[in-house]
Amino acid sequence: MDKISLALVCFSAATSIGLTGFAAALGMGRGVESACNGIARNPEAKGAITTTMILGMALIESIAIYGLVIAFILLFANPYKAALIGG
Amino acid sequence: MEHPILFISVILNWIGLPVPHGPIGGTLLEKLTEPYLTYSWLIMAFLFVVPKLTLGKLELVPGTGQNFWEALIGGLMDFFIEHMGREKARMLFPVLATFFIYIVLANMIGLLPGFMSPTSSLNITVAMTLIVWLLHHILGFRYHGWKYYKHFTGPIAVMAPFMIILELIGNFARLVSLSMRLFGNILAKEILLGVLFMLVGAIFAPLPILCLGVLVSLIQAVVFVLLSVIYCVGAMEHAH
Repeated sequence: MDKISLALVCFSAATSIGLTGFAAALGMGRGVESACNGIARNPEAKGAITTTMILGMALIESIAIYGLVIAFILLFANPYKAALIGG
Repeated sequence: MEHPILFISVILNWIGLPVPHGPIGGTLLEKLTEPYLTYSWLIMAFLFVVPKLTLGKLELVPGTGQNFWEALIGGLMDFFIEHMGREKARMLFPVLATFFIYIVLANMIGLLPGFMSPTSSLNITVAMTLIVWLLHHILGFRYHGWKYYKHFTGPIAVMAPFMIILELIGNFARLVSLSMRLFGNILAKEILLGVLFMLVGAIFAPLPILCLGVLVSLIQAVVFVLLSVIYCVGAMEHAH
């Protein structure tokens, strides 16, 4: 594998998890903020808010996990491995 | 990637059985001695033996073991009743509680050195997700008959051709998201632990990640079961 393709693979793996992590963290931060506000205003609804928040967190987090899986695929199970090594 | 030392694989090797090095073995015997399968069987054996020992004879005044299981089963039952109502919770309790206990144990066992999480293999998580996915379709069909498929077309008749594509994609995306979430979280934890241990293991650098791993293991199990509950309830409830 020549150096440029190696660098591109590493860079794209880092970018995929970096960008998805950035976006998912922003979204999750807003979610937690709203949940804290809701609990502060209405402490009796803590149980329902917590369940909904965890569910929403999981759904948002799955986006970051997709990025992570793509990074893993690029690094450890690259489908174009043969072409990269051969070329 | 550096191959970790796995106790069961080492023991199997010592007995003389082949242990595959790739993710999928060639022969049937190699497929059966895959690390994720052997560790999954270890967990199953644990879940057979330990309740048998602690719940062998039920007592009126529970001891420590019986107390633990009563708290766990009671807590899970309350959780399901809160989300599905009593009858449906009683119907689905065996499946979902089994999933919860198995996933928690499967996630936690990866924190011990020399063991791996079976849930860090996509084969196990996809298998569990397929069960949940088929279950919610079967439940929907049993409760509503052919009308169950009508809710894929959306409320407006004109929009039906577009809505059915969207709804079908959304329904199949459940397969991907439910399996990938568990797999990605646990695999990330394992790889992070491995990398930190190789780099700075001498000064206990993986210790905070171990604590985080306990939290992640529990939360991911809760999330998997909660999403399964929500899919099943969504399939069973009356169409609007």
